[in-house]
Amino acid sequence: MTMKLKLLSTLILSMGILFMVSCKSKPKDADIQAAVTTALQSTPGVSADVKDGVVTLSGAVASQADKDAAEAAVKLNQGVKSVVNNVTVTPPPPPPAPTPEVTADDALKTSVASIVKDFPGIQADVKDGVIIITGEQKADRWKKLKIALDALKPKKVDASGLKVK
Amino acid sequence: MAALQDKYKELIDAATEANTTDLKVSELDGVLHIDGIAPSGAVKDQLWDIYGKIDPNFLTGDVVMNINVATAVEGAKLKVVTESSNLNVRQGPGTDQPIVGKAAHGATVTLISKQSDQWWLIRTDSGAEGYAYAQYLQPIE
Repeated sequence: MTMKLKLLSTLILSMGILFMVSCKSKPKDADIQAAVTTALQSTPGVSADVKDGVVTLSGAVASQADKDAAEAAVKLNQGVKSVVNNVTVTPPPPPPAPTPEVTADDALKTSVASIVKDFPGIQADVKDGVIIITGEQKADRWKKLKIALDALKPKKVDASGLKVK
Repeated sequence: MAALQDKYKELIDAATEANTTDLKVSELDGVLHIDGIAPSGAVKDQLWDIYGKIDPNFLTGDVVMNINVATAVEGAKLKVVTESSNLNVRQGPGTDQPIVGKAAHGATVTLISKQSDQWWLIRTDSGAEGYAYAQYLQPIE
Protein backbone atom coordinates (compact mmCIF):
# COMPACT_ATOMS: atom_id res chain seq x y z
CA MET A 1 0.00 0.00 0.00
CA THR A 2 2.64 2.53 1.04
CA MET A 3 4.82 1.25 -1.81
CA LYS A 4 2.01 1.90 -4.27
CA LEU A 5 1.38 5.39 -2.96
CA LYS A 6 5.06 6.22 -3.17
CA LEU A 7 5.17 5.04 -6.75
CA LEU A 8 2.11 7.07 -7.63
CA SER A 9 3.42 10.26 -6.06
CA THR A 10 6.75 9.78 -7.84
CA LEU A 11 4.88 9.34 -11.09
CA ILE A 12 2.81 12.49 -10.54
CA LEU A 13 5.92 14.45 -9.58
CA SER A 14 7.89 13.32 -12.60
CA MET A 15 4.95 14.09 -14.88
CA GLY A 16 4.76 17.50 -13.34
CA ILE A 17 8.47 18.12 -13.95
CA LEU A 18 8.13 16.85 -17.49
CA PHE A 19 5.23 19.22 -18.06
CA MET A 20 7.18 22.15 -16.68
CA VAL A 21 10.21 21.30 -18.76
CA SER A 22 8.19 20.94 -21.95
CA CYS A 23 6.45 24.19 -21.17
CA LYS A 24 9.77 25.98 -20.70
CA SER A 25 11.32 24.67 -23.91
CA LYS A 26 8.27 25.72 -25.93
CA PRO A 27 7.25 29.30 -24.92
CA LYS A 28 3.81 30.36 -25.96
CA ASP A 29 3.44 32.86 -28.81
CA ALA A 30 2.09 35.40 -26.34
CA ASP A 31 5.31 35.16 -24.31
CA ILE A 32 7.43 35.53 -27.43
CA GLN A 33 5.30 38.48 -28.49
CA ALA A 34 5.93 40.22 -25.17
CA ALA A 35 9.68 39.59 -25.29
CA VAL A 36 9.95 40.64 -28.94
CA THR A 37 7.96 43.82 -28.37
CA THR A 38 10.36 44.76 -25.59
CA ALA A 39 13.33 43.98 -27.83
CA LEU A 40 11.90 46.21 -30.56
CA GLN A 41 11.67 49.25 -28.33
CA SER A 42 15.07 50.36 -29.56
CA THR A 43 13.88 50.41 -33.18
CA PRO A 44 10.74 52.54 -33.32
CA GLY A 45 8.52 52.09 -36.34
CA VAL A 46 8.85 48.29 -36.37
CA SER A 47 6.10 45.98 -35.10
CA ALA A 48 6.10 42.21 -34.75
CA ASP A 49 3.54 39.50 -35.20
CA VAL A 50 4.20 36.03 -33.74
CA LYS A 51 2.66 32.80 -34.95
CA ASP A 52 3.95 29.34 -33.99
CA GLY A 53 7.30 30.85 -33.06
CA VAL A 54 7.69 32.61 -36.42
CA VAL A 55 8.10 36.35 -36.01
CA THR A 56 6.96 38.57 -38.87
CA LEU A 57 8.37 42.09 -38.73
CA SER A 58 6.59 44.98 -40.45
CA GLY A 59 6.82 48.75 -40.52
CA ALA A 60 9.19 51.30 -42.00
CA VAL A 61 12.65 52.47 -40.92
CA ALA A 62 15.11 55.05 -42.21
CA SER A 63 18.00 52.72 -43.08
CA GLN A 64 18.98 49.12 -43.88
CA ALA A 65 21.04 49.11 -40.66
CA ASP A 66 17.89 49.77 -38.62
CA LYS A 67 16.09 46.98 -40.47
CA ASP A 68 18.94 44.52 -39.74
CA ALA A 69 19.13 45.68 -36.12
CA ALA A 70 15.44 44.94 -35.62
CA GLU A 71 15.85 41.43 -37.00
CA ALA A 72 18.95 40.76 -34.89
CA ALA A 73 17.22 41.98 -31.72
CA VAL A 74 14.25 39.70 -32.32
CA LYS A 75 16.29 36.59 -33.19
CA LEU A 76 17.96 36.61 -29.77
CA ASN A 77 14.66 35.85 -28.00
CA GLN A 78 13.96 32.37 -26.79
CA GLY A 79 11.40 30.43 -28.76
CA VAL A 80 11.83 32.41 -31.97
CA LYS A 81 12.10 29.83 -34.75
CA SER A 82 12.57 32.21 -37.64
CA VAL A 83 12.08 35.84 -38.60
CA VAL A 84 10.28 37.11 -41.69
CA ASN A 85 11.61 40.60 -42.18
CA ASN A 86 9.01 42.63 -44.10
CA VAL A 87 10.29 45.97 -42.83
CA THR A 88 10.63 48.57 -45.59
CA VAL A 89 13.50 51.04 -45.78
CA THR A 90 12.37 54.61 -46.49
CA PRO A 91 15.23 57.11 -46.36
CA PRO A 92 14.18 60.42 -44.80
CA PRO A 93 13.64 63.27 -47.28
CA PRO A 94 16.64 65.61 -47.61
CA PRO A 95 16.32 68.76 -45.50
CA PRO A 96 14.94 71.71 -47.45
CA ALA A 97 17.63 73.95 -48.93
CA PRO A 98 18.20 77.05 -46.79
CA THR A 99 16.88 80.27 -48.27
CA PRO A 100 18.55 83.62 -47.72
CA GLU A 101 16.87 86.46 -45.90
CA VAL A 102 15.87 89.24 -48.26
CA THR A 103 15.01 92.79 -47.21
CA ALA A 104 11.69 94.24 -48.41
CA ASP A 105 11.87 96.91 -51.13
CA ASP A 106 10.73 99.87 -49.02
CA ALA A 107 13.31 99.35 -46.28
CA LEU A 108 15.93 98.53 -48.90
CA LYS A 109 15.22 101.74 -50.89
CA THR A 110 15.73 103.97 -47.82
CA SER A 111 18.98 102.27 -46.86
CA VAL A 112 20.33 102.22 -50.42
CA ALA A 113 19.58 105.94 -50.85
CA SER A 114 21.43 106.85 -47.63
CA ILE A 115 24.50 104.91 -48.75
CA VAL A 116 24.59 105.89 -52.41
CA LYS A 117 24.39 109.63 -51.64
CA ASP A 118 28.03 109.39 -50.54
CA PHE A 119 29.06 107.92 -53.89
CA PRO A 120 28.76 110.65 -56.52
CA GLY A 121 28.43 109.26 -60.03
CA ILE A 122 26.34 106.29 -58.92
CA GLN A 123 22.64 105.85 -59.48
CA ALA A 124 20.71 103.13 -57.71
CA ASP A 125 17.30 101.62 -58.15
CA VAL A 126 15.54 98.90 -56.17
CA LYS A 127 13.13 96.42 -57.71
CA ASP A 128 11.90 93.12 -56.25
CA GLY A 129 14.75 92.98 -53.77
CA VAL A 130 17.39 93.63 -56.43
CA ILE A 131 19.62 96.72 -56.19
CA ILE A 132 20.40 97.99 -59.69
CA ILE A 133 23.55 100.08 -59.84
CA THR A 134 24.46 102.26 -62.81
CA GLY A 135 27.04 104.96 -63.43
CA GLU A 136 30.80 105.15 -63.06
CA GLN A 137 33.04 104.52 -60.08
CA LYS A 138 36.64 103.80 -59.22
CA ALA A 139 37.36 100.15 -58.37
CA ASP A 140 38.21 100.71 -54.68
CA ARG A 141 35.19 102.93 -54.12
CA TRP A 142 32.93 100.42 -55.84
CA LYS A 143 34.25 97.68 -53.56
CA LYS A 144 33.32 99.79 -50.52
CA LEU A 145 29.87 100.41 -51.98
CA LYS A 146 29.35 96.73 -52.79
CA ILE A 147 30.31 95.72 -49.22
CA ALA A 148 27.82 98.25 -47.84
CA LEU A 149 25.05 97.19 -50.23
CA ASP A 150 25.50 93.45 -49.57
CA ALA A 151 25.10 94.15 -45.84
CA LEU A 152 21.56 95.39 -46.56
CA LYS A 153 20.56 91.80 -47.43
CA PRO A 154 19.33 92.40 -50.97
CA LYS A 155 18.33 89.55 -53.26
CA LYS A 156 21.01 90.62 -55.71
CA VAL A 157 23.24 93.57 -56.56
CA ASP A 158 23.01 94.05 -60.32
CA ALA A 159 26.01 96.08 -61.45
CA SER A 160 25.86 95.12 -65.13
CA GLY A 161 25.24 98.79 -65.92
CA LEU A 162 28.23 100.01 -63.91
CA LYS A 163 31.49 101.15 -65.46
CA VAL A 164 34.48 100.55 -63.20
CA LYS A 165 37.34 102.98 -63.82
CA MET B 1 22.88 74.48 -57.46
CA ALA B 2 26.34 73.17 -57.14
CA ALA B 3 27.84 75.23 -59.97
CA LEU B 4 27.86 78.49 -58.00
CA GLN B 5 29.26 76.81 -54.90
CA ASP B 6 31.99 75.30 -57.08
CA LYS B 7 32.85 78.67 -58.59
CA TYR B 8 33.14 80.25 -55.14
CA LYS B 9 34.55 77.15 -53.40
CA GLU B 10 37.77 78.95 -52.43
CA LEU B 11 35.74 81.69 -50.78
CA ILE B 12 33.45 79.31 -48.87
CA ASP B 13 36.42 77.17 -47.80
CA ALA B 14 38.34 80.24 -46.61
CA ALA B 15 35.33 81.42 -44.59
CA THR B 16 35.03 77.98 -42.99
CA GLU B 17 38.75 77.70 -42.24
CA ALA B 18 38.90 81.19 -40.73
CA ASN B 19 36.27 80.09 -38.17
CA THR B 20 33.53 82.34 -39.46
CA THR B 21 30.64 81.71 -37.09
CA ASP B 22 26.99 81.37 -38.07
CA LEU B 23 28.22 80.77 -41.61
CA LYS B 24 25.24 80.37 -43.91
CA VAL B 25 25.61 79.61 -47.60
CA SER B 26 22.35 79.60 -49.53
CA GLU B 27 21.09 80.21 -53.02
CA LEU B 28 18.17 82.17 -54.38
CA ASP B 29 17.40 82.68 -58.07
CA GLY B 30 20.97 82.13 -59.25
CA VAL B 31 22.57 84.25 -56.54
CA LEU B 32 24.81 82.77 -53.85
CA HIS B 33 24.24 84.33 -50.43
CA ILE B 34 27.09 84.09 -47.93
CA ASP B 35 26.35 85.27 -44.40
CA GLY B 36 28.45 84.98 -41.30
CA ILE B 37 30.42 86.62 -38.53
CA ALA B 38 34.17 86.82 -39.11
CA PRO B 39 36.45 86.65 -36.05
CA SER B 40 38.23 89.87 -37.11
CA GLY B 41 38.18 92.72 -39.58
CA ALA B 42 41.26 91.20 -41.23
CA VAL B 43 39.33 88.01 -42.03
CA LYS B 44 36.48 90.05 -43.50
CA ASP B 45 39.00 91.91 -45.71
CA GLN B 46 40.60 88.62 -46.74
CA LEU B 47 37.22 87.15 -47.75
CA TRP B 48 36.39 90.23 -49.82
CA ASP B 49 39.82 89.95 -51.51
CA ILE B 50 39.12 86.31 -52.44
CA TYR B 51 35.67 87.24 -53.74
CA GLY B 52 37.24 90.01 -55.84
CA LYS B 53 39.79 87.57 -57.21
CA ILE B 54 37.14 85.09 -58.38
CA ASP B 55 34.81 87.78 -59.69
CA PRO B 56 36.93 90.83 -60.66
CA ASN B 57 35.22 94.08 -59.66
CA PHE B 58 32.20 92.12 -58.35
CA LEU B 59 30.36 92.70 -61.60
CA THR B 60 28.76 89.29 -62.22
CA GLY B 61 26.17 89.88 -59.52
CA ASP B 62 25.96 86.21 -58.54
CA VAL B 63 27.05 86.72 -54.92
CA VAL B 64 25.70 88.72 -52.01
CA MET B 65 28.19 88.49 -49.14
CA ASN B 66 27.25 89.87 -45.74
CA ILE B 67 30.12 89.33 -43.32
CA ASN B 68 29.95 91.02 -39.95
CA VAL B 69 32.88 91.29 -37.57
CA ALA B 70 32.74 89.59 -34.18
CA THR B 71 34.88 92.26 -32.51
CA ALA B 72 32.20 94.90 -33.13
CA VAL B 73 30.64 94.29 -29.72
CA GLU B 74 29.23 96.71 -27.18
CA GLY B 75 31.95 98.80 -25.61
CA ALA B 76 34.34 98.23 -28.52
CA LYS B 77 36.40 101.09 -29.88
CA LEU B 78 35.58 102.01 -33.46
CA LYS B 79 37.51 104.05 -35.95
CA VAL B 80 35.68 106.51 -38.17
CA VAL B 81 36.51 105.42 -41.70
CA THR B 82 34.76 108.03 -43.81
CA GLU B 83 36.34 109.05 -47.11
CA SER B 84 37.57 112.37 -45.68
CA SER B 85 34.58 114.16 -44.16
CA ASN B 86 33.20 114.08 -40.63
CA LEU B 87 30.69 111.41 -39.69
CA ASN B 88 27.25 112.64 -38.74
CA VAL B 89 25.94 111.45 -35.40
CA ARG B 90 22.16 111.56 -35.40
CA GLN B 91 19.39 111.57 -32.81
CA GLY B 92 17.78 108.44 -34.27
CA PRO B 93 18.56 105.73 -36.78
CA GLY B 94 17.90 107.34 -40.17
CA THR B 95 19.28 110.06 -42.41
CA ASP B 96 16.11 112.07 -41.79
CA GLN B 97 17.02 112.37 -38.10
CA PRO B 98 18.54 115.62 -36.76
CA ILE B 99 22.31 115.71 -36.38
CA VAL B 100 23.39 115.85 -32.73
CA GLY B 101 27.13 115.76 -33.27
CA LYS B 102 30.00 114.89 -35.56
CA ALA B 103 32.87 112.45 -35.35
CA ALA B 104 36.03 113.46 -37.20
CA HIS B 105 37.50 111.33 -39.96
CA GLY B 106 39.97 108.93 -38.33
CA ALA B 107 38.67 109.59 -34.82
CA THR B 108 37.91 106.85 -32.31
CA VAL B 109 34.40 106.37 -30.94
CA THR B 110 32.79 103.80 -28.62
CA LEU B 111 30.07 101.39 -29.66
CA ILE B 112 27.14 101.51 -27.23
CA SER B 113 24.76 99.19 -29.06
CA LYS B 114 23.68 98.10 -32.51
CA GLN B 115 20.22 99.33 -33.44
CA SER B 116 20.49 97.34 -36.69
CA ASP B 117 23.21 96.17 -39.07
CA GLN B 118 23.19 99.68 -40.51
CA TRP B 119 22.73 101.99 -37.53
CA TRP B 120 24.92 101.82 -34.47
CA LEU B 121 24.54 103.89 -31.32
CA ILE B 122 27.93 105.41 -30.51
CA ARG B 123 29.61 107.82 -28.12
CA THR B 124 32.18 110.28 -29.43
CA ASP B 125 35.29 111.38 -27.55
CA SER B 126 33.53 114.62 -26.66
CA GLY B 127 30.74 112.60 -25.04
CA ALA B 128 28.04 113.08 -27.67
CA GLU B 129 25.80 110.05 -28.09
CA GLY B 130 23.82 109.21 -31.17
CA TYR B 131 23.35 106.98 -34.16
CA ALA B 132 25.88 106.70 -36.95
CA TYR B 133 26.04 104.68 -40.10
CA ALA B 134 27.88 101.37 -39.43
CA GLN B 135 29.47 101.40 -42.88
CA TYR B 136 31.82 104.16 -41.71
CA LEU B 137 32.80 102.48 -38.47
CA GLN B 138 35.50 99.85 -38.22
CA PRO B 139 36.39 97.94 -35.05
CA ILE B 140 39.91 98.63 -33.78
CA GLU B 141 41.72 95.34 -33.08
